[in-house]
Amino acid sequence: MSFRSHMLLAAGAVAGMLALEPAHAQQTVKIGLILPMTGGQASTGKQIDNAVKLYMQQNGDTVAGKKIEVILKDDAAVPDNTKRLAQELIVNDKVNFIAGFGVTPAALAAAPLATQAKVPEIVMAAGTSIITERSPYIVRTSFTLAQSSTIIGDWAAKNGIKKVATLTSDYAPGNDALNFFKQNFTAGGGEIVEEVKVPLQNPDFAPFLQRMKDSKPDAVFVFVPAGQGGNFMKQYAERGLDKAGIKVIGPGDVMDDDLLNGMGDAALGTVTAHLYSAAHPSAANKEFVAAYKKAFGQRPGFMAVGGYDGIRLIYEALKKTGGKTDGDALVEAMKGMKWESPRGPISIDPETRDIVQNIYIRKVEKVDGELYNVEFATFEAVKDSGKTKK
Amino acid sequence: MTTLFTILFDGVAYGMLLFVLACGLAVTLGLMNFVNLAHGAFAMTGGYICAVLVNNSGWPFFAALPLAFVSAAAIGVLLERTLYRHLYTRSHLDQVLFTIGLTFMSVAAVDYIMGSSRIFIKLPAALEGQFDFFGVGIGRYRLMIIVICGLLTVALQLILARTRFGSRLRAAVDDPRAAIGLGINVPQVFAFTFAFGCGLAGLGGALSAEILGLDPYFPLKFMIYFLIVVTVGGSSSITGPFLASLLLGIGDVAGKYYVPKMGPFVIYTIMIVILIWRPNGLFGRAAAR
Repeated sequence: MSFRSHMLLAAGAVAGMLALEPAHAQQTVKIGLILPMTGGQASTGKQIDNAVKLYMQQNGDTVAGKKIEVILKDDAAVPDNTKRLAQELIVNDKVNFIAGFGVTPAALAAAPLATQAKVPEIVMAAGTSIITERSPYIVRTSFTLAQSSTIIGDWAAKNGIKKVATLTSDYAPGNDALNFFKQNFTAGGGEIVEEVKVPLQNPDFAPFLQRMKDSKPDAVFVFVPAGQGGNFMKQYAERGLDKAGIKVIGPGDVMDDDLLNGMGDAALGTVTAHLYSAAHPSAANKEFVAAYKKAFGQRPGFMAVGGYDGIRLIYEALKKTGGKTDGDALVEAMKGMKWESPRGPISIDPETRDIVQNIYIRKVEKVDGELYNVEFATFEAVKDSGKTKK
Repeated sequence: MTTLFTILFDGVAYGMLLFVLACGLAVTLGLMNFVNLAHGAFAMTGGYICAVLVNNSGWPFFAALPLAFVSAAAIGVLLERTLYRHLYTRSHLDQVLFTIGLTFMSVAAVDYIMGSSRIFIKLPAALEGQFDFFGVGIGRYRLMIIVICGLLTVALQLILARTRFGSRLRAAVDDPRAAIGLGINVPQVFAFTFAFGCGLAGLGGALSAEILGLDPYFPLKFMIYFLIVVTVGGSSSITGPFLASLLLGIGDVAGKYYVPKMGPFVIYTIMIVILIWRPNGLFGRAAAR
């Protein structure tokens, strides 16, 4: 008997706590941050988490009278985990935003939940075009692969590069990068002389690079997942492709700032198109880089910027709604928002909820003994051509 | 024609690397009849130790290589004495579960200590680049791999076939009970062999960082390659895995060069064909016990 009464008491207490929960939730705005903090994509997760912490340090944790609380969850870039965590965050923790998403499948897995719960989903990393079409509550602050791949295609065709061999990893982003590049490069009069798709888990680039070398192109267009870029560059130099006068071009993911220094001098002269370089010459960026370095002891990469702008977007949207957390109102507030990011001027396209930003053409150079992507040309306010073409 | 030789050269270098990485596994699996799926973890340990010594402590690359061997071997002895030896008499399933668990722990531990991004070992300038040899492009680093691994293979074969330790090991494997009766300290022989295999893996890990890349997922990513070498080569000698490694290395590189679309499938196809033809591997024989 006494056991049963204890059980009842416990159940009563739990029910009481649950009833109290919503009242408490009104004073705080909760953000469910879902990132890969372990696994192969962990560097993405860590950069975004760092950037979010940095922004909140700089701007305080209160907006429009509400306290901001970030709940960080690790999905290890596995979409099944993302979906489960998003559901837990929305149902149990009653979060007002879900944010993060290191890879495309993760962002897609959470999309139906965002729609159903009317919770804004802020995509801070994943870069495939279709993501924002999957839910009216998705807003993106990172980039799309089409943005940088089309631009480098245009640039190459106009700058004396006639024949290109491509080497891309055989997975969705790799294929996206290849197709968008090919479309713009061949439209500009260029010719693809060799097209190799390498397996994602590729231990050794040697045979593929030999094939590139033998096809004698003016440049190699490369897209491999972050992390493999270093191996690629080393073997590119080892095989003497640099001495054979073959340039490396590509979207800037390969030359990510947090990996660049480890690649060694082999990377010098590589031309890429991308949204952000730690060497971007603006006051806002200098301040951001200095603060990030001071707090975390390393350079921010483009993933960190995606996170930094993502949390800023959440802050600004809350200011605009006066702290109201209605999902539709928040997304409405985000549409068309414009601001100066460390990467340069950016805005949220009111039609697609996707990011509009400058794409810079950069060349790897040595600055103060360290390797940096130095920007030398700018394509302004680039929309996601993956959607505008439709 | 010169391209053909370059491909052959790259294939041999890749195969040699696979051999050094996997031959320790051939020893534990074939000679000691123990399924050690954590073998790659020792390779990774060697690689990271070499990387830390060279990059952070400023050791010369060639001084750090032997230390990669020694430290991986030392960790091997430690684990053999404390953990592995309790599992020698257990079923293969227990051994698989135990060692795969160990692998996951090593992945998580290295991820925690060193971070998850891929690291490189700073090489001396003498090892970078390629030189021309009658029109055939020879990578300096790959040439070094071939030299080191070739010498190791010869040494291993001589130790096994010609020395007293080699005959003790073979006796201990063929009939442990009779070997103990003859006064051979079988557990000691096994412990030493195990450590040596781990050391080789450590050395292989350090050598492979440049070509295969080194990150915390190394043991999982390359486990399948090690197993292919051992199953195709048969696990009863050193020659089998050696030839299997060369075959796979050349097959893989040539396949990726000549038919890049089919590239990744080539070595698996070779494996399947060989295993259908000779289920115990190229040089296999029925298990000793």
